[in-house]
Amino acid sequence: MDEPRRNLVRWLLGGGLSASLISFLYPAFKFMNPPDVPEASVNEVSAGKVQDLKPNTGKIVKFGSLPVLLVRTTETEWRAFSAVCTHLNCTVQYKESSHQMWCACHNGLYNLNGQVVSGPPPHPLEAYSVHIRGDEVVISRRA
Amino acid sequence: MRYAALGLLFAVPLAAADSCIECHSVLEGDLQAPVKAFANDIHARFGFSCTDCHGGNRNETDPEAAMSKARGFVGKIPRTAVPERCARCLSDTGFMEKYKPRQRVDQLAQYRTSMHGKRLAAGDTKVATCIDCHSVHDIREVKDPLSPVHPLRLPETCARCHADQAHMAGYKLPTDQFASYRKSVHWEALAKRGDLSAPSCASCHGNHGAQPPDVESVAAVCGNCHVMMEDLYKNSPHQPVFAAMGAAGCVVCHGNHEIRLPNAGMLAGPNAVCSQCHEATSAGGIAAAEMAHELNRLEKALARSDQILAKAQQSGMEVSEALLRQREGREDLVKAAVAVHAFQTTAVQKPVNEGLAIAAGTYQAGVAALKERSYRRLGLSVSLIAIAITMLGLRLAIRSIEGRSTGNSLRTWK
Amino acid sequence: MAAVTEPPQQAGWFEERLGLASLRAFLAHKTVPVHAQTLWYYFGGITLFLFVIQVLTGTLLLLYYRPSPAEAYESVQFIMTRVQFGWLIRSIHSWSANLMILTAFVHMFSVVFLRAFRRPRELTWLSGVVLLGLALAFGFSGYLLPWNTISYFATKVGTDMAAAVPLVGRNLARFLRGGSDVGGATLTRFFGFHVAVLPGITTILLLTHLALVQKHGMSSPPRVLEEHRRTGGAIPQMPFFPNFFLRELMAWYGALGVLGAMAAIFPWELGVKADPFAPAPAGIRPEWYFLAPFYTLKLIPSHVWIFEGELIGLLGFALLALWWVALPFWAVNSQGVERTRWVTGAGVALVGYLATFSALGYWR
Repeated sequence: MDEPRRNLVRWLLGGGLSASLISFLYPAFKFMNPPDVPEASVNEVSAGKVQDLKPNTGKIVKFGSLPVLLVRTTETEWRAFSAVCTHLNCTVQYKESSHQMWCACHNGLYNLNGQVVSGPPPHPLEAYSVHIRGDEVVISRRA
Repeated sequence: MRYAALGLLFAVPLAAADSCIECHSVLEGDLQAPVKAFANDIHARFGFSCTDCHGGNRNETDPEAAMSKARGFVGKIPRTAVPERCARCLSDTGFMEKYKPRQRVDQLAQYRTSMHGKRLAAGDTKVATCIDCHSVHDIREVKDPLSPVHPLRLPETCARCHADQAHMAGYKLPTDQFASYRKSVHWEALAKRGDLSAPSCASCHGNHGAQPPDVESVAAVCGNCHVMMEDLYKNSPHQPVFAAMGAAGCVVCHGNHEIRLPNAGMLAGPNAVCSQCHEATSAGGIAAAEMAHELNRLEKALARSDQILAKAQQSGMEVSEALLRQREGREDLVKAAVAVHAFQTTAVQKPVNEGLAIAAGTYQAGVAALKERSYRRLGLSVSLIAIAITMLGLRLAIRSIEGRSTGNSLRTWK
Repeated sequence: MAAVTEPPQQAGWFEERLGLASLRAFLAHKTVPVHAQTLWYYFGGITLFLFVIQVLTGTLLLLYYRPSPAEAYESVQFIMTRVQFGWLIRSIHSWSANLMILTAFVHMFSVVFLRAFRRPRELTWLSGVVLLGLALAFGFSGYLLPWNTISYFATKVGTDMAAAVPLVGRNLARFLRGGSDVGGATLTRFFGFHVAVLPGITTILLLTHLALVQKHGMSSPPRVLEEHRRTGGAIPQMPFFPNFFLRELMAWYGALGVLGAMAAIFPWELGVKADPFAPAPAGIRPEWYFLAPFYTLKLIPSHVWIFEGELIGLLGFALLALWWVALPFWAVNSQGVERTRWVTGAGVALVGYLATFSALGYWR
């Protein structure tokens, strides 16, 4: 076999092997590099500081891609519910005057256990757990 | 009182020894039908019997004695007497407390204020009495899906008379309400989605006090559910004008029975309801066109995002987060449609702009996904080229080895 | 000390410690018969290669995957959307799994039709069939891990079948599910099976299988042997290294190209997160390699005489599997004559059954 041909084979084989190895290893190394968003899932979110929410008020917290209504009923008691109305998916709000959760779209009312008091909603609101860590309020999904 | 409770306990075995039921169950046709139907009746469940409405004595085995006029027996209760007959028990608070303590007892009072009640009092026996809606001998609770006044069945029950042209001939009333209602969003929510809270006839007209809502009360009736719209409408420039015109608020634009899903076409275009009063060049006409434009703008932007995201999804890209964001954008579109009831362009613009921001974001996500797709394909082709070169190299290497070693380890094999 | 030991030499150092020369010598002597059916010898190697890919991509996926019902779906979604090349790694893992089972089947049937299970290779056959079973178990357990609706219900149906086994069925289903129903405990369990139990057993069995192949060398089909005996020549051989190995390498690269293309053009779907309280969606169907038994069980009436239909089906499959595993033993009669027609007939019948019932299960 002549020399230039052997060289060609060597080049093709060497070049091809190294190029293909790079094309396999590059994605693998990139994969191992942790992404900027470190958490895979939303099982809990921080809802800010304790002092940011006065007793008998509520606020909407983004939980993943869905809204959650956090309510501070008294100085020490906190509750959280899915803020998606079970009627037509509008966002519910806290009504300070009557201590209820209220959907403005069709006047659905829920009590502070998430159960339907009046109006069109067919199901209760899903409840979430609330924990206080230091002075941080943390909402988590109920297992 | 105590004996009454005891009576209730023994009511079922006693009913078996009921002479009315014993005789009528072996009779035929119309004389037997009430007995059969009564088995499912709520009254039977509480131990009541024929004699509680018809009078007579159920312990007598002799028909003459059992159905003695002297003991108050009435075979066919006259239609005009039906409401009072039912109300004897159902309007008695003390009596009802024993059976249904939470049930209202004002049905008769309400009925007397209704069109049905007023006409009946005037001697018109074609109007509905209790039994026309609740049925006669198989009266069920409203929450029983087989009851003719269960929300899902109520429209048909009203339509039995109100959609019957022959029956309604004498009353200057249309007969197309049921047909119209069946084209409405409310019927769709009720019958197709099974949402029992969606309005049927009684939700707006009342049940026992049934009559058409007054012009002034229409907004209040609709506002029972459509709170936001009512609030906005009450403070809008339309409210005093419609009131002065004697026009019934919501109905002016949305109609009454045939309420369809609203769209931007109601504001501007050939089918616009606004153009019935507002010239296109007037301030109102311009505002309507602007609001329609805003709604269309958001609708189009969301549709554009939907399209690119669908394309990305079809080629296997993961865009579920953007699709979730799209839902929020759609919610903004709903909010914008609600905001129309303020009849101010600026009120509509706020949710529209929020929605547009979302739509722009989701569109970008779609673009990024498609870019990622081309990037993947580029990466694939690079690695495929590398693979192809390696395979070619291997092929040549094999040939060079085997060309060299012919006759050595490979004898008859080339 | 230093005076006694020889100075380390570049080539000798490793040689002294690893004894590579014997391996080299072994490789130099190992040959592969060359004949019209040589092509089928590559499929075992391709299956092995795909298994290695499974180990590598599986290990990478472990960096991000979380085996709990609250997080499993989300972590796979995270891999698919957030992690760089996560879509590639996961899609290759899924595609390679399917391709591996396919090549394993091809490998098995080529062994049947070329009669490579003959004496003394009975144990090679046996280990191979068990390895195929393990591959199916890998597929079944791995299918649940993304915790989406389809995999959830497929697992429910699959573990339900175990409950039909007489006497121990109930306990077996409980063991598989880690409870009375498919749930978080099942996921944890299946994850354990998938990444620890099955790989451990598979590695031991795979090494045995490969060692046996090396010990006995490549089998030549009887027909080829017969032909050469008639003409008087020996069957030509090709050196395993480098001739056969380089060809195998080409096949591996080809497989890699196919995998990459499948992953890039048809990334594996994620589906919808499993909701244990949702009603079962219409048209639940297992992975394609379980379709034939799945469809067969569907066809069997619920009661056959006094027995439960599912039990009859399972019993049938168990007998079929036993009969198939025992293939090398009934393939020769007591006089030592091969039952060539029986084996070919059984092979054709099994291929036909698997093909038609899988197709029926898929289209119906």
